[in-house]
Amino acid sequence: MKVLVPVKRVVDYNVKVRVKSDGTGVDIANVKMSMNPFDEIAVEEAVRLKEKGVATEVIAVSCGVTQCQETLRTAMAIGADRAILVESTDELQPLAVAKLLKALVDKEQPGLVILGKQAIDDDCNQTGQMLAALADLPQGTFASKVEVADGFASVTREVDGGLETVKLKLPAIVTTDLRLNEPRYVTLPNIMKAKKKTLDVVKPSDLGVDVASKIKTLKVAEPPKRGAGIKVPDVATLVDKLKNVSKVI
Amino acid sequence: MAALVIAEHDNASIKGATLNTVTAALACGGDVHVLVAGHNAAAAAQAAGQIAGVAKVLHAEGEHFAHGLAENVAAQVLALASGYSHILFPATASGKNIAPRVAAKLDVGQVSDVTKVISADTFERPIYAGNAIATVQSGDAVKVLTVRTTGFDAAAASGGSGAVDSVAAVPAYGSATFVGSEIAKNDRPELTAAKIIVSGGRAMGSSEKFNEVLTPLADKLGAALGASRAAVDAGYAPNDWQVGQTGKIVAPQLYVACGISGAIQHLAGMKDSKVIVAINKDPEAPIFSVADYGLEADLFTAVPELVKSL
Repeated sequence: MKVLVPVKRVVDYNVKVRVKSDGTGVDIANVKMSMNPFDEIAVEEAVRLKEKGVATEVIAVSCGVTQCQETLRTAMAIGADRAILVESTDELQPLAVAKLLKALVDKEQPGLVILGKQAIDDDCNQTGQMLAALADLPQGTFASKVEVADGFASVTREVDGGLETVKLKLPAIVTTDLRLNEPRYVTLPNIMKAKKKTLDVVKPSDLGVDVASKIKTLKVAEPPKRGAGIKVPDVATLVDKLKNVSKVI
Repeated sequence: MAALVIAEHDNASIKGATLNTVTAALACGGDVHVLVAGHNAAAAAQAAGQIAGVAKVLHAEGEHFAHGLAENVAAQVLALASGYSHILFPATASGKNIAPRVAAKLDVGQVSDVTKVISADTFERPIYAGNAIATVQSGDAVKVLTVRTTGFDAAAASGGSGAVDSVAAVPAYGSATFVGSEIAKNDRPELTAAKIIVSGGRAMGSSEKFNEVLTPLADKLGAALGASRAAVDAGYAPNDWQVGQTGKIVAPQLYVACGISGAIQHLAGMKDSKVIVAINKDPEAPIFSVADYGLEADLFTAVPELVKSL
């Protein structure tokens, strides 16, 4: 069984982004870029499935600019066998990415596609579910546990109030939540090995996908700032403020 | 022009997030209809009709809707979608699971986590963990939205007079089945609906300490319990207590952060709270920059003292 793992190159989670003064977006020039943390969990899960003998090949995919090759090399250093970059300088929204992935699913016929549940830049939380819809496959989103056996995936999902388990007939789509696993550290020998692995580059047009979107960003602004608060010296003052000034208790 | 709100419910009653979503739908202009897809869900459908502003309730009944599986609910929405200019879901675990399936099948983009409706086609939404607010315009024929409940007031749960229409249920999707769930039962208010939240961070040190120190405070305040990602990752608190960018987004009247340093990902989940209290012994903790009242103290002495003085 092949496992397809889409990964996104995003601003590193430790970077606090700044809104551009002209309101056209956030300034990502010269900031550190990394693999979306949820996608790293997805790669780790796929590699573990291969190590358990459940998966036979792990294919990492990224959609975006040339530099996404670095992100794909990281995926291969974690343990993906090969990679595909769908190269485009256009802004790729989740629906466009889902269409590109659908084309690759048709081509590669994976038994499982594991994606991060959300990218930490646009915070959309859409691509996996959209891919599932386009490919007409069952979905197990926000997974905290995945078990594959006998042509089915049993997926434990994080839902409001607790956990839920669904049984999906393969092929299926899984999106990862934070507690699915802890991705391994990438070692130098594995980084070196990853450089020798196959990385194919294709264009959206090669896959017959139109990536245009009808959702336009009109402006990007700073969020409203909270007024600076005060430090209180002791518990008694705190209780007094909450009771008599804010009147919240 | 009409909007369809997909109700979140437990078959017997309507969940609170639905009410905020109705408010967002009303702001889009046009009539607001609510879909209740459930199993033995007549009571939930009746309750949906009582929501102020709801013109009509569509009730789809079927055993395969009992657990709200995305594959089944999305198919039901698609069967009813024609004629609606807007389809709205609460941005809860359930809404986020279903909405993109609907959008993709309609070949339209989705606007996630809408915090403000500017006009029928223009919306505000946070990006980068709330560090920037994007204004987006959708040129798609149907606007599929998920609604961040903290951005909208709840519509009144009574006073409406929406008639309930039964609609034909779509067949069950064969390739996905519900196996079971472990939903924690407790008497506390739901995290996203609570008026007061007591939240703990890594400084709690263990799950025993987390419970021993924070439970009495939550009991005294009638509060829900929350946690930072660090505390959840360390196993001090269950997964679904996580407040933050990728966990729950909350905006209670009072948020008490105990031993939480205040990473941007955590602030993204709680900075719209009305009053924020931070108790932390590190004077440099970033949580103090958003706190209305900061108490620089050891939480293991300050919190019990706080419990005593309430």
